[in-house]
Amino acid sequence: MAKKTAYMGMLTALAFVLSYIEFLIPINLGIPGVKLGLANLVTIVALYTMGVKEACTLSLVRIVLNGFTFGNPAAMLYSLAGGILSLLAMIGARRIKLFSVTGVSVLGGVFHNLGQIMAAVLVVENARLLYYFPVLVLSGTLAGTVIGILAALIIKRLDKLIREQNQ
Amino acid sequence: MKKNDVILIVVLLAAALAVYGFISLFSAKNTKEAQAVVYLDGEVQGSYPLDHDTSVTIQAESGGYNILEIRDGKADITEASCPDKICVNHRPVQNRGESLVCLPNKIVVEIENGGETEIDGSTK
Repeated sequence: MAKKTAYMGMLTALAFVLSYIEFLIPINLGIPGVKLGLANLVTIVALYTMGVKEACTLSLVRIVLNGFTFGNPAAMLYSLAGGILSLLAMIGARRIKLFSVTGVSVLGGVFHNLGQIMAAVLVVENARLLYYFPVLVLSGTLAGTVIGILAALIIKRLDKLIREQNQ
Repeated sequence: MKKNDVILIVVLLAAALAVYGFISLFSAKNTKEAQAVVYLDGEVQGSYPLDHDTSVTIQAESGGYNILEIRDGKADITEASCPDKICVNHRPVQNRGESLVCLPNKIVVEIENGGETEIDGSTK
């Protein structure tokens, strides 16, 4: 239990730092919502090596921490909507066993962007924002692929270690 | 990576490109009366023709503000009171259907064709 707590703390710190790195070097393509999603790396690794409950806890803690540290209430609402939808999509995609880590990550990226745009539509009460959805599907797919390949490499190396440590 | 992953990625990319192409094909045509319509919390607050250079300060209900500039047929938010500056960093918009959004101030600037009587974009 103590070891598991330490692991969770470590992964939370890692997710937090990755979010910070992304905050420091924003990719600005002129369209809001386009980003790499580095922190999702930690969520996916947690999902595959520890479990659904741990992955949910991790992303929730990270989003709240980030919201208070770098963001504002509006940004936190955005991340929360994206984060929850992305997690649900990844948990579902993993369960149906049709995709490997990369496919799960791609779906996570796309649904993250879907959640964000839906939150934006609700906040500003303007459905025309869905105009940007194709662009965000594109960016979510590309970012999800990169993150997914990285996550697969990390999981392959860490899986046994983390499982042993948490016995 | 499994075969299914590759199929998923290709299908998503193709679908996104197809929808994007479809949208830009049918909505990018501006009429002469194209204008930037400012929505405040979902309500129309004002509209400004794109062929007339101007600078407007939009006052949000929360006390915040956004400065909208129209220049060379493009609308751009050049200054804002919000902390994230997403709207300021957004590239200038000029085609019908494109929009600039400031979530903290609940402001949307959208390009619409003049002469359209119905406002089909707002959800009530």
